[in-house]
Order: sequence, then C-alpha cells, then structure tokens
Amino acid sequence: MTAAGHERRWAVAILAAFGGLAFLPLAGPRDDLLNFVFLILLSITLAESWNVVAGYAGQVNLGHAAFFGLGALITRALWIAGTPVALAMTAGAVTATVFALIIGVAAFRLRGAYFAIGTLALGEILRTTVGNVLPEISTLPAATIASYRLSVRYYLALGLAAISVIAVATLATSRLGLGMRAIREDEEAAEASGVGALALKLTALALSTALAGLAGGLFAYYHISYYPAHPFGPHWTFDALLMTFIGGVGTLQGPVLGAVLYVVLKEYLALRWVDIHLLIFGALFVAIVLLLPGGLVQAAERARAVLGARRRAA
Amino acid sequence: MTVLAQQLILGLLIGGLYGLAAAGLSLIFGVMRVLNVAHGELIMLGGYGAFWLAALLGVDPFASLLLVIPGSLLLGAMLYWGLFGFVVRAHEEARVKNSLLIGFGLALALHALAVRLWTADERSIPTSYAGAVLAVGDLAIPLVRLATLVLALLLIGTLQLLLSRWRWGKAIRATAEDWQAALLTGIDIRRAYLLAFALGTALAGAAGTLITVAYSVSPSIGLEWTLKALIVVVLAGLGSMIGTFIGGLVLGVAEAASAATFGGPYREIIGLVIFVVVLAVRPRGLFGR
Repeated sequence: MTAAGHERRWAVAILAAFGGLAFLPLAGPRDDLLNFVFLILLSITLAESWNVVAGYAGQVNLGHAAFFGLGALITRALWIAGTPVALAMTAGAVTATVFALIIGVAAFRLRGAYFAIGTLALGEILRTTVGNVLPEISTLPAATIASYRLSVRYYLALGLAAISVIAVATLATSRLGLGMRAIREDEEAAEASGVGALALKLTALALSTALAGLAGGLFAYYHISYYPAHPFGPHWTFDALLMTFIGGVGTLQGPVLGAVLYVVLKEYLALRWVDIHLLIFGALFVAIVLLLPGGLVQAAERARAVLGARRRAA
Repeated sequence: MTVLAQQLILGLLIGGLYGLAAAGLSLIFGVMRVLNVAHGELIMLGGYGAFWLAALLGVDPFASLLLVIPGSLLLGAMLYWGLFGFVVRAHEEARVKNSLLIGFGLALALHALAVRLWTADERSIPTSYAGAVLAVGDLAIPLVRLATLVLALLLIGTLQLLLSRWRWGKAIRATAEDWQAALLTGIDIRRAYLLAFALGTALAGAAGTLITVAYSVSPSIGLEWTLKALIVVVLAGLGSMIGTFIGGLVLGVAEAASAATFGGPYREIIGLVIFVVVLAVRPRGLFGR
C-alpha cells in the first residue's frame, strides 16, 4: 500500500466517523454530550492546523494561540456588530493569515529552537497587548443569548473539523506536501534540489493559521462570555502541540486520535480526581512522551510489525 | 527626574534576578541543547522551598539558600535521571521537540502540585529587615533587593569560576562547544550533561529563593519567569555567564524605562519586542560566540 493510499483510507475513515456524528443532535442528547463532542471537534481542528506547520514543514510554532486568538477577536467584534457569522469567521481567518504572513517572513529567518522561542514571544506579546487594551469581559447581548442554538455550533464544528482533515489529507498527498516534507528532513538539501523553502514554509503557515483563525472564530461564536485575552493564552498552543505529539506528528490521523484521547482523558481525570487531575495528567503525559516517542500512530505500527513477525515465525 | 531614576534603579535590581534566572536556563540550553520550559516552575519550587523553611522552621530566607541550593542540585540530578537524560540520546532537532514536550508536562504537574501543597495564594516571607532602605540623595534603595542583586552576581561569578577552573567545569564547556570532539578526547559527556542540568536547576532554586524574599511567589509565576529567562538568553547569547547577567540587567532597566514612558501595563511588551528584534537582527545575542 502506498503512503498516499494510506492517507486516503484514513481520511475516508475519519470522515465516515464525522458522518455518523452528524446524526447525534437528531437523537436529542443532553446538552453536555453535545458540548463534549464540540470540544473534541474544536480540538481536532486546532491540532490539525498546528500539525500542518510542525508535522509537514517541520517548524515548531509556539505562537499558535496568537492566530486562534486573532480569529476569535475579529469574528466576535464583527459578529456582535451584526455581520453574518460565516462572513465574520472568514474575516477572522483572513486577518490571522495576513498577520501570519507578515510575521512569517521575519520569523522563518530563525531556525530550530530559536523559531520556537521567537513564536512563543510573539504569542505572549499579543496576549499582553489584548489583555491591556480590552480588559473587560466580552458577553453576548441578551437577544443573542435568547436565540442561542447549540446544534448550529455543533454542526459548524463538525464541518470545520472535516475541512481541516480534508485540507491536511490533500496536502499530504500533493507535490506541495512532498516539498514541505523535504524541508522538514533537510532544509539545505531541499533548497539544493530546487525546493523554494521560504515560499513553502509560508504556504504551510498560511494554511495552518487560516484553519486556526477559523477555529478561533468558532470559539467566539460558541462562548457566551469570555475575556478577549483568553483565546490568546499559551495553553491553546500547548494543547495543540500535546494532542499532535500524543497522536503522531506529521500524520493525518495522529492529531485526530491525539485530540480524542487528550480531551477524553483530561475530562475523565477532572471528574474522577477533581483536586489533583492536572498533576496526574502532567505525569501521564510525560510518561507517554518517554514511552511512545512517535505517538500513538508509531506505537500501533510497531505493534503491528511485532505481531506480523510473530505470525510469520509461527 | 527622581521618579524616573528611582524606577530605573528598581529595574536594575530586579534585572539581577532576571540574569540569575537566565543563567541556569542558558547553561542547560547551551550544553545539552535542551529547552527546559519548566525552568520557571523550578524557580517557583525554589521559592516555596525557602517559604517552607521560613514558615515551618523559622529559617532566615537568605540563610535558607544554604539548604535550597543543595536541594535543587539534587532535584536537578533526579530530573535528569528520570526525564531529561532520555532526551539527550536523540539528535539535536528531536531533542528540542522532546524537551519541549517533557517540559510542558512537567510544568503542568509541578504547577498542580504547588497549588495542592501551598494553595494558589501569593506568598512572601516576612522579615524584620524587609523595609530597610539605603538613602542616596532623594533615592531610596531597598536593602533586601540590593542584597539579592549582590548575591545573584556572586552566584553567577562562582559559576563562571567553576566553569573556567574546575576539571568538570572545563568538561561541561568542552561538551557545549562540540560534544563529538569532547567524546573523542575521553570526556564522559553524560556526566557533563548531568552536572550542567543539576547546576542549572540549583541556580533556578537560588533565583526562586531570592525572588520570594524580595518580591513574592505563587504557583503561577512559572511561565512568566521562563519567558523572562528566555528573553535574557536570547538577548545575551550563549557561552558567557557574566554576559547573561548583564543581559538580565539590560532587560530590567529596559522594562522600567518602558513602564515609565508608556505606563505600567506595557513594561512586559517592550522586553518581548527587544527580544524579537534581537532574534531578527543578531540571533547569536549581544555576547554570544
């Protein structure tokens, strides 16, 4: 089976699962279940968006929250002012992408750890600035709260998660994705064989931040009230990073599996051990990193290889 | 004018602690190529170490350094054996990523542990000499903060001396320079890594103690101090501990100047702006090799 066929089969499987989830609101479940699945879907979008730059182009972006936050900020402002939400979210995504391209030209001069540190600082600059300029909590007007429908948000999240999976699947099987992987493996060798590294890295960043901006817009459309600086918080970056690495960075299915496991585990621990759940979660997470360095995807491959070898031996 | 000078002096005083916080991170990053994002949480633990010694046993916070530093040294060695020792087996690119992951997990766990042990409240250590000031003309220099600056300089000077005179200090520097060549000359680089990590953690613990005695500590100071330390590391560059200390002073003064010019809320931003500019213009830092 070719690598491209592999990605395609996973894309079909994930989209089929999303198709199944589309029937969930029809069964009239409790709101907390819908909210829970919403959180998983939003996490999938965020993780896949981070995966584009880290997994395919090989650049660890620690300022991802800045683009999620920008999407949320612009979407919220336009939507409350009366713009249709689809238009507002598009505007949020465009803003995040344009900002990313301006920043990217400077930031991509940095390599390795310095790119990671530089983007972390960028995210913090934006968070502090937004927190200072807009210190008041943002709450929806009463009329909007009265007409609030959870199922609309749910379907939007489902659609967005599907879009991000299709986008990454398309990228993974395209020439563009091949060029990005060449940069990830060896930037100088890729340049020498005619791959325009900067242009490709900027393309990856644009796709990544457009998805993150949309996810931020969804966040702004979903939450009734939050502090404008909250979506800029570094934990959004860390969550995306952790989910992607738990699942398997640079694969299509990794971030999806990672997001599901991450959200389920975190919520379960929070219910089971209210006081110390973050302590357990942190320790468990470190254990996963040490024991499964390639994430769930690589662990599954290794298990399959071992089982296959045993079967052949028998 | 006096107000500005006063603010700049206070900035200089906290800058010494920025330098001390960064020295540990710089040592670990320079030698191991490992980015420990839980460095701020290690600083926070050092602060609570001093807080506990003061609250339970009545130990003077400055004297508690004599216990906190060996304790942090031991904690650093344990963290290296248990966690970061696995990271240095990978090649450089993977090291940075894996250390980020482990650092985030560790930061999360340590933060939760601190909330559990000491609650989320801000703590400080009351002393009889807390309010003492040295008056120079119209300016008032808080003595405790001045003492932390002097101690930070002493600790960094000691480290510099260790690195240049001590046998294993030289081994650490050789490993930072070129680990393959160091390996070929018969240096036990794993030992050098362990020592660098333990010394870096000890510096974090000392910084935490001094921060707690001059300011305060809470479980959530971690990320803030990690960022300050990162800014100073980037500003100063790797390889010179005294350079790192000066970088800390520069950041402290720059923050104070921007707070005085643009208002308090913007003191953090200017530091981060400096940082991005330095990364773009002179990525190896002011004193880097």
